[in-house]
Amino acid sequence: MALLASTRREADVQSFPLLIFILVPLFALGLQSFVTLHFPRFDMIDLPLLVTIYFAIAWQNPIAGTVGGAIIGIAQDALTHHPLGVFGICKALVGYLAGSLGVRVDTESHGTRLLVTFLFMWLHGGIFWVLVRRLLAQPFAWDWLHELIQAAINALVGVVLFALLDLAKRRE
Amino acid sequence: MSAMESFFSRYRNALVLIAVLLAQVIGLAVQARRPSPDAADSESVSLIRYWVVSVITPPERWVHAIGDGIGGIWSNYVNLVHVKQQNRDLQMEMDRLRLEQASLAEDARQAQRLHGLLGFTQKYIYKTVVAQVIGTSGSDQSRIVYIDKGSEDGIRTGMPVITPSGIVGKTRDVFPHKSQVLQISDPTSGAGVVLETTRIRGILKGNAYGQPQVINVMPDERIKPGEKVITSGGDQLFPRGLSVGVVDRVEVDPEHDPLVDILIKPAANLSQLEEVLVITNMGDQLPPQAVRDIAKSELQVEQQRASDILAERLPSRIDPNAPEAAENLKEMNASGEVARPLTPPAALHPDHFSPNATPPATTLVPGQRLAPVLADQPGTTNPIRKKPDATTATGSTQGGAQGTGTAAQANSATGTTAAPVRKKPEIVPDFGNKPPTPAPVTAGDLAPVTPRRSTLLTEPKANDVTETAPGTASENGRATNPVKTTVVVDGPVRPAKPASNTSTQPSGSTVPRPEPGTVAQPSNTAPKKTGPEIVPDDGSHPPGYVPPPKKKPQPKPNQPNKPATPPAQQPPQGRRN
Repeated sequence: MALLASTRREADVQSFPLLIFILVPLFALGLQSFVTLHFPRFDMIDLPLLVTIYFAIAWQNPIAGTVGGAIIGIAQDALTHHPLGVFGICKALVGYLAGSLGVRVDTESHGTRLLVTFLFMWLHGGIFWVLVRRLLAQPFAWDWLHELIQAAINALVGVVLFALLDLAKRRE
Repeated sequence: MSAMESFFSRYRNALVLIAVLLAQVIGLAVQARRPSPDAADSESVSLIRYWVVSVITPPERWVHAIGDGIGGIWSNYVNLVHVKQQNRDLQMEMDRLRLEQASLAEDARQAQRLHGLLGFTQKYIYKTVVAQVIGTSGSDQSRIVYIDKGSEDGIRTGMPVITPSGIVGKTRDVFPHKSQVLQISDPTSGAGVVLETTRIRGILKGNAYGQPQVINVMPDERIKPGEKVITSGGDQLFPRGLSVGVVDRVEVDPEHDPLVDILIKPAANLSQLEEVLVITNMGDQLPPQAVRDIAKSELQVEQQRASDILAERLPSRIDPNAPEAAENLKEMNASGEVARPLTPPAALHPDHFSPNATPPATTLVPGQRLAPVLADQPGTTNPIRKKPDATTATGSTQGGAQGTGTAAQANSATGTTAAPVRKKPEIVPDFGNKPPTPAPVTAGDLAPVTPRRSTLLTEPKANDVTETAPGTASENGRATNPVKTTVVVDGPVRPAKPASNTSTQPSGSTVPRPEPGTVAQPSNTAPKKTGPEIVPDDGSHPPGYVPPPKKKPQPKPNQPNKPATPPAQQPPQGRRN
């Protein structure tokens, strides 16, 4: 599996219609809120994070990934009772790293996406634990097995989601 | 300048990241400075939340409404097969709950009086608003649900939210048409609870895994899994007595050893909420609807009690002789007793006024005099009471019968044994022409009285064959033995006194009966009052059983009366050599 971009085509910035940038994150937030109501176990999947990773990789721009991640994270914070910024900080960091990685790594292959998503899920969980446990002093239990399973499930879902979102991008 | 520009251009990405993170950290710090996590957000924060919620929740409401509509078509038209039975079941349950409510109403009133004396105040639910749950936060670290009612519907921040099963949480952020509800399973929630049995109080909060627990409780061996937990009312939020859940297990708090945390299994299904009730108004007195319900329940209890008393006092029309059917099991009450019909006791000496004493008219013959009826005697007929008449023939062997046999018939008719009735022995005038005979007396028994002969009740006449020596038979051969009554007693029979073989004691010593063919010898002593014949009860016969009287040999009618032989007289002692 080749992680590095081997062709110029793979390194091209992938653009999307503006509407996609607006509707897809909102759809992810709404779907996350609605499905969790009927299937409580669905809260293990973090759709807003997967969307952040995908767009950050697609833009191949750290700044865009940072800002996009921050906005999606703050919107996700607004639906919870947490202070605004907890998910914003986590997703901003993940967006920055995903955007930086998109330039150097071939993110078209499914294997790359699987591995990248798995690692970013772990990172997201770690940052969240630091903020909630240490910064806000709220109870938060870190379970290695739970985090491992959650990262694996999100990686698998991410591969499928990324394939669906590839249909909406337009090549320059 | 160029160095600075090159610095910014070189590290542009990192600087933007740092700037974004710094801004969010500062925002977190500002928000974390609130006096309590439950305090309202600042205006800017509320504005951001409002924008996001306003964008996310309307599609959720549309999807929920479409789902309800499709589900309503099924439930309102197709799935109505069992509505009638369900209605009946609910009505029965409601009646039962009314009775229970009435029985608890008095306890509640007493509790209120005591509360008033002690200065306690209890909150009662006055008004609630039904709301649909339309969404969640989407995160397992935030136990928030959204409902489709807001400030326009009377919802305010800090209102308790419940379901009929148990408490859910309280409202946190309220928007015009939507509200956030913080569940009791969230670590930032709190409610005052008490264990129902052990009365241990504590604060309910959610743990890191989303399970409610009562925190910082002193260890107590009485706390067992399954114990019910209710609201204590001490938080001034939830009314007292609402169900919270049951104890799941007890764990030691590692940070506050030796205190323990009691993990609770919530009564309300927090992961499958559909409809909730938001308590919008509470008061110190019972709400008017509750007062009406209690009055209605008490009236129903009074009616039930009156009907039960009436059923006990009125005679039953159920046939007591009917075989016990399986339907009696349905009438069995909680203690396993089946109602039995009440029947009047059988008469001790039945007469023609007694129940079932009068024979059917088709069996009667004009002028027929019925013989007295003895117990368990086949072919017997009901007696007819007749006034003793001096002009009537005294030789009749059938007159003057007492209706004593009907007692046995009454017994057999009812199938029960009546209470024994003592009857005073009938006084028979003794003209000295008959040997003393035991008078028929029943003692604690329903033994029918053997019929008396009319000769005993009439004055002696010249041509009366009764003018004979005592113990002799009458001219017409009819025995002049008086009516004999047998008394059945429990226990051994006292041996008869050898000296007086013909005397009888009122206490009931046995009297040897004369052998067939012999005549009772008159005793040397003065005739004594005869008493009842004592027959020992060996338990082989039911109460009321009267042994049939032994038939005495009837003298032949054409044989002349033998002269009475005088008793052998002993020679005087003095002349014997």
